[in-house]
Amino acid sequence: MKKVDLKKILAAFGVVAFLSVLWIGCPGSDLTQGDAAEKTYVAPGKYDEFYLFTSGGFSGQVGVYGIPSGRHFKTISVFAQNPETGYGYSEETKGMLETSFGFVPWDDAHHPKLSQTDGIPDGRWLFINGNNTPRIARLDLKTFETAEIIEIPNAGGNHASPFLTENTEYVVASTRFSLPIPQKDVAISTYKENFKGSISFVKVDPESGEMNIAFQILVPGFDYDLAHAGKGPSHGWAFFTCYNTEQANTMLEVNASQKDKDLIAAVNWKMAEKYIAEGKGKAMEANYYHNVYDESEQTAKSKKLNSVKVLDPKDCPGLIYYIPTPKSPHGVDVDPSGEYIVAGGKLAAVIPVHSFSKMIKAIDSKNFDGDAAGIPILKYDAVLAGEVQNAGLGPLHTEFDGEGYAYTSAFVSSEIVKWKIGTWEVVDRIPTYYSIGHLNIPGGDSRKPWGKYVIALNKITKDRYLPTGPELTQSAQLFDISGEKMQLILDFPTVGEPHYAQSIPADILMKNSAKIYRLDDNKSPYATKSEKQARVERKGSEVHVYMTTIRTHFAPDNIEGVKVGDKVYFHVTNLEQDWDIPHGFAVKGLNSSELLIMPGQTKTVVWTPKFEGVFPFYCTDFCSALHQEMQGYIRVSAANSSTPISYNIQK
Amino acid sequence: MAETRKGVSAKFIKMEKRYRTIFLTAVLLLTGLYFFPLWSIELGAPQFPEGLGFRIWLDKITGFNENDLNSINGLNHYIGMQAIQPDSIPELKYMPYIVGAMIFLGLISFLINKKPVYLSWLILMTIVLIAGLVDFYIWEYNYGHNLNPMAAIKIPGTSFQPPLIGSKQILNMRAVSLPDIGGILVFVSTIMIIYTLIKSRKQKNA
Repeated sequence: MKKVDLKKILAAFGVVAFLSVLWIGCPGSDLTQGDAAEKTYVAPGKYDEFYLFTSGGFSGQVGVYGIPSGRHFKTISVFAQNPETGYGYSEETKGMLETSFGFVPWDDAHHPKLSQTDGIPDGRWLFINGNNTPRIARLDLKTFETAEIIEIPNAGGNHASPFLTENTEYVVASTRFSLPIPQKDVAISTYKENFKGSISFVKVDPESGEMNIAFQILVPGFDYDLAHAGKGPSHGWAFFTCYNTEQANTMLEVNASQKDKDLIAAVNWKMAEKYIAEGKGKAMEANYYHNVYDESEQTAKSKKLNSVKVLDPKDCPGLIYYIPTPKSPHGVDVDPSGEYIVAGGKLAAVIPVHSFSKMIKAIDSKNFDGDAAGIPILKYDAVLAGEVQNAGLGPLHTEFDGEGYAYTSAFVSSEIVKWKIGTWEVVDRIPTYYSIGHLNIPGGDSRKPWGKYVIALNKITKDRYLPTGPELTQSAQLFDISGEKMQLILDFPTVGEPHYAQSIPADILMKNSAKIYRLDDNKSPYATKSEKQARVERKGSEVHVYMTTIRTHFAPDNIEGVKVGDKVYFHVTNLEQDWDIPHGFAVKGLNSSELLIMPGQTKTVVWTPKFEGVFPFYCTDFCSALHQEMQGYIRVSAANSSTPISYNIQK
Repeated sequence: MAETRKGVSAKFIKMEKRYRTIFLTAVLLLTGLYFFPLWSIELGAPQFPEGLGFRIWLDKITGFNENDLNSINGLNHYIGMQAIQPDSIPELKYMPYIVGAMIFLGLISFLINKKPVYLSWLILMTIVLIAGLVDFYIWEYNYGHNLNPMAAIKIPGTSFQPPLIGSKQILNMRAVSLPDIGGILVFVSTIMIIYTLIKSRKQKNA
């Protein structure tokens, strides 16, 4: 997305592009200093200090890395099918990808966000948005698996999401592409008249983490881009950047870049709650899915919902104010104190920093500068705390170190700019390779950043690694920020296009990380808890194989009586209860993917045999010294044959 | 009553108060067996950084970690060892009663307070202990030798019997067998009782 937009903009910055070429031409010009290896070396068998969660971008997944080593630990399947584990292929997980558009096995995942308590990441859940078919996922950080996905209706491009309030009361969603709400068949050129935006507040249950859309606010048809909730004194508010306040519907590259100032929407969500309590929310028809993975039954449960509560700002005075902000702002970031709201005006020459307390004063004294569709626009100067001059070209996002400094990524000038909160002076800058998008400091958007490192999530890789043809890995870079000067200490590749990332001290998550699924807690209706219960049952043209795996055999491992055209359900339960002993299952000619079954888990895959014969199945995950022996056969007879169902179980 | 005829013989046959107290303490230490495991067998291999092993109690066998017994049984099936199934080990059913009886007899001995009775108790206790260790050894022997002939891994001449006490390399596993807290309590208790009997013998001689 912004990679495309901004690359084009890059062309406009002839001089800068030239400088970039210079950098590209001599990547060794700012090599890491002598002690970098020491700072990033994590000895074999030792642990990293932080977990890093990167969005997988167009891979639809989430990457888990260690900092400072940059080692990749896991790819968590979220919005995309993953044949490695069977996610989205297995009967149990297919439901996670159900939407009002049917089964959507892919999305564009942008912003991971750790749940917070008192404004501090608490390590319970990780939320991430799906941009394309608007969704929000919740990942459980005990199992490092996707626990829930909720679709966001009345939205197109859920980009400003899932930023959350300081006690995870809400995660937000919005619409980057405004739409006719409700959808209808209209001429695109009627944009100004027919298109609207929406901002959604999704309530998170404090115990279970389950999400439900509490309310949506219908807003003017701009492009709602990024968000952050207030914290401390600004708790109760959430801020959303908007570009395309020009309301162009074609060639936005030019047509949405005309105004000097676009807007930040400041939403008083506590007031929204009050309006909802007063009954101001109107039920609106909306079709969307809510998919929850029931951990005890080990199955996704999909529910189709058909209504949302909608607030119209016209009926709700004081709900939203717009803060003018230069040139198509992208990121909006709130400092740890909750007082300063930093905007990344991606075409602006300065970084404007708004003051929350001045905003409240301006609201109280009605210091307005007109309105947009009835929503008051505050006076720029009345809200502005200061402007950071010479802050790099194309500033996008800002994170904080908790020591009074802010770090802003500048895409066009490909650098991180460090500046001081309060004096707005730039104190340090360091190039990134190349064209940084988001950046992340551990806890860097929370009330108490852990600081120490900043991770640059770059958009362009070029010559940083051994070349792999036209398609290259993504390039992240680690900087030590513990001293006065930022120091580049590591390049490490990441998968998909990482947009935002979150990091958290390892000890917060490590102690809760599950080792196995307890067989006793497995309440799957298809579980086979012991070999004695393993069996094969025919139900019409369906054959259900209740199979177990344990080192080093399947039970049963010889199956007969299946016919061409049957739908064969392999319900495979891994009886192991030992740490890190998964078994895999695959049968010849499987039209979906293998299953990778963790200890204590039950997973199901459907196989439709097309030919008569005898077909092997086997374990795909090297599980023991006799792994190669872990195999079996299934016999397929003609559709009209009378071969009875039979199978064998060892005593 | 000190100088009666009875008293003179009592001086011979009764235990001095402080030794008697030690005896009682030693007997009561045995109640710890109901709260602490007797023995522990640890199996060490690089693939088990989290530790693997089990503890033998009077009435049960527990893994170091929740599923260790399963894991050990799973590993042992390669070499054809029988599964350890606590439910089918009769000792776990009657050991609590034997220890209970010994504590009871110990208390009776304390009340009777006659040296021959104390000595009889110690002899009985020693027999129980030796019988227990022999029984444990036989159990380990059977466990290590009574192998399924269909086992995947067969190494002629190798026994998989864990050591009674100490450590031994069994294929890739280092088995370490040691008394646990309960076992140490029994040991300490026995030493204390032997001590009281030796000391009070000196008392007679004095």
